[in-house]
Amino acid sequence: MSKSLKLYGGSALGVAVVLTAAYNFADRNVTAYPERAALAGPDPMLAERAPEPEPSGGLIAAANAEASGAGAVYGLGREALPQEIAAWDVDIMPDGSGLPEGSGSVRDGEMLFSQNCAVCHGEFAEGVGNWPPLAGGDGTLADEDPVKTIGSYWPYLSTVWDYVHRSMPYGAAQTLSDDEVYAITAYILYSNFLVESDFVLSDENFTEVEMPNADGFIVDDRPETEYVKWRTEPCMENCKDEVEITMRATILDVTPEDEAEAETTEQAAAEPVEAAAPADEGGDGMQIDMALAEEGEGVFRQCKACHMVGEGAQNRVGPQLNDLIGRPMGGIDGFRYSASMEEMGEEGMVWNEETLAEFLVKPRDYVEGTTMSFNGLRSDEDVAAVIEFLKTHQSD
Amino acid sequence: MTQSFKGPTPSRRQFLSGAAAAGAGAVAASASGAATPDPKITELQPWATGFGEGVDATPYGMPIEFEDHVIRRNVEWLTADTISSINFTPIHALDGTITPQGCAFERHHSGAIELRKEDYRLMINGLVDRPLVFSYWDLERLPREQHVYFCECAANSGMEWAGAQLNGAQFTHGMIHNMEYTGVPLRTLLQEAGLEAAGDLEDKWIYVEGHDASSNGRSIPMSKAMDDVLVAFKANGEALRKEHGYPVRLVVPGWEGNMWVKWLRRVEVTDAAVESREETSKYTDVLEDGTARKWTWEMDAKSVITSPSPQAPIQHGPGPLVITGLAWSGHGAITRVDVSKDGGKTWETARLAQPGDPKAVARFYLDTTWEGEELLLQSRAIDETGYVQPTKAQLREVRGLNSIYHNNAIQTWHVKTNGEAENVEVS
Ligand code: HEC
Ligand code: HEC
Repeated sequence: MSKSLKLYGGSALGVAVVLTAAYNFADRNVTAYPERAALAGPDPMLAERAPEPEPSGGLIAAANAEASGAGAVYGLGREALPQEIAAWDVDIMPDGSGLPEGSGSVRDGEMLFSQNCAVCHGEFAEGVGNWPPLAGGDGTLADEDPVKTIGSYWPYLSTVWDYVHRSMPYGAAQTLSDDEVYAITAYILYSNFLVESDFVLSDENFTEVEMPNADGFIVDDRPETEYVKWRTEPCMENCKDEVEITMRATILDVTPEDEAEAETTEQAAAEPVEAAAPADEGGDGMQIDMALAEEGEGVFRQCKACHMVGEGAQNRVGPQLNDLIGRPMGGIDGFRYSASMEEMGEEGMVWNEETLAEFLVKPRDYVEGTTMSFNGLRSDEDVAAVIEFLKTHQSD
Repeated sequence: MTQSFKGPTPSRRQFLSGAAAAGAGAVAASASGAATPDPKITELQPWATGFGEGVDATPYGMPIEFEDHVIRRNVEWLTADTISSINFTPIHALDGTITPQGCAFERHHSGAIELRKEDYRLMINGLVDRPLVFSYWDLERLPREQHVYFCECAANSGMEWAGAQLNGAQFTHGMIHNMEYTGVPLRTLLQEAGLEAAGDLEDKWIYVEGHDASSNGRSIPMSKAMDDVLVAFKANGEALRKEHGYPVRLVVPGWEGNMWVKWLRRVEVTDAAVESREETSKYTDVLEDGTARKWTWEMDAKSVITSPSPQAPIQHGPGPLVITGLAWSGHGAITRVDVSKDGGKTWETARLAQPGDPKAVARFYLDTTWEGEELLLQSRAIDETGYVQPTKAQLREVRGLNSIYHNNAIQTWHVKTNGEAENVEVS
């Protein structure tokens, strides 16, 4: 391996002229050692099945050599601008590199978390229903049912900042400011009893925080613990004396239901517009633009994480949205609305095309303090379409 | 939508009775000879005299309606919603090795986005000589390769760690698909950006992420990036499907599906692993003592009998029986598959339909005779490194019960005298 490195290294000295030289070398190398074909440059004719995935020094050596020698080979792609890189390159490394300047307190984080995250993750980050818990589980990793949370499992705080910043809140990713992410991260630490309530997290003290399970990980050791045992000639006959069934799947009975039923549900889900259409005809004369409604069905995908609509719709993170037009705001019994949504309902406000349109453009402006962590629809067209779609789920 | 897991499993029963009715004629005709002439032969059938559909009836065809049960299915209780969720390939109803895109399993973390080629950008940055942005069409101008590879979610069979749970090969083993990819080696793109700035590549990494809201970032060692990773834009000859990352996804042969970033938008050369959420909180394997393995990228050799299986019972009575299934390994080609009918006491070597390809699914057949007896069917894959697929007991002995990921244990189906099959565990 290192031999070829030297070979290449030699040729790479004359950087300016090596382009073709390097490829000649590569070619020769390939002819001589066909099993290393994959080391060749980008000539597709030479690229062969890669050998074993063991980190191959040969590949790296060749690449090192080429990297040092060859410049852009095809001249395709354009230079990325610094602003473009800044916009996309936002990952944070375990040592904190990549963190922007900023800070946020547990107290601010608590409010932000309650507003943006608690509907799914719970007020104390304990998780709601099937949504993931972010706190708790301390000392459970060796238990029968380990509870893996940020506090009990995550090895690096950088991962929390990075993930919340890029992927949360779910359905409105990348809408939090840097300071807000610091504050929320601080609050998550607090809810895991890792910092005090007056703690302020910033880029400066970030790496001082110790994650309880930082040392809880080992690098894949299957080659030593498993492969050596299981790379043996297997038994073919009289491999055991007795075979007994020790467990049956049907006892647990958690397999999804039969084909016919699965199909009907799926169809119902796929074609709610058609299914609901006849019901509207004899209704209160509400005109429905079916083409627009169909478009709205697509827009509604953004709402589906939290809302159900149609037959059998239930409250999830958000209330079910059947018969919405004419419904009092905050009007579903048994759903826990924000105080402001409830108040608006008590004041007699109802959902109609106008109120919905205003709400869906900027939920937080229209209902201050709403727990609907959704940033709003981007175009008027989407708003009109989704309202049209919701109108197909009026039963009267 | 929420009620579907209660009650007994009529699925099998109903499916069986329905299917039995359909199959009854065939069985009667072939096994016991015909007492009366078959009207399907003696009478003029409508399709033999009139017309079928003209060309263009379906400019892009779907499978015929009689096959509409061959679909992806999900298990609702696994996840809170379908946006960040998974469904399963109907492997019990397929044959051959290539998975049609339309029923190949999906796994999204923020839903399947619609991204036009016009809106597509791929950035290569970090420790490179020239950070670059490629358009979709730039990629089509670079030398291409074609390979068949399997993509298996690390969580495939994850629900079976603690015991037999889901009754069907689709649900126990359906987080896998196997397609022929066309794409550009990632190596080519990295070299285009220049790796001099990276210095010694031995200890370097790349970090890859997607255009979708989750971005699903993962770190991959440079050795793998320079080896066989593809930036793919076609699968099975046509454009990738939206749900598989249209227009461009990463193909990381033999390694866990989560690393096959869809809607690929950025590749950064780094000097360490990023330790993203998807490689710390998730896709790490907790061992019995509570420590966890990380960087368990390779998918070890594995196999499953797809028929007979709980969703594909024996419907034809005693006589000739084809036992078939799939085998694959992230370490190379499948060289052999053994099948046991008695829960692992005795084994016979099955026939590979074709010699195994590295990091691709192989199809095996055991052409046998069934006398109507109970069977405890198992299959065991062996790959070119000599690795033999382990039993659940062997795996548990090393890892305990809480690993979730990378369960490649031997699967057992209990076939009853009436041909029905059930997912069981045996001693
Ligand atoms: C609508 C529901 C919802 C809201 C609101 C939401 N999340 Fe999440 N969160 C999820 C889901 C679903 C996942 C899992 C996503 C996946 O696995 O792809 C998740 C995952 C996470 C995780 C990783 C958990 C783990 O164990 O790996 C963190 C951390 C997190 N969310 C933080 C937040 C924060 C902070 C907010 C508010 C700014 C927030 N979430 C708002 C639904 C939500
Ligand atoms: C992240 C979860 C989430 C998403 C995404 C979301 N909602 Fe909501 N929605 C909620 C919650 C929570 C409430 C209750 C708000 C409150 O009490 O302040 C709500 C309330 C509502 C209400 C008021 C219902 C009532 O009974 O008064 C409407 C209408 C509504 N949402 C429509 C939508 C539409 C349309 C979309 C998609 C464009 C959407 N929501 C997206 C969570 C969500």
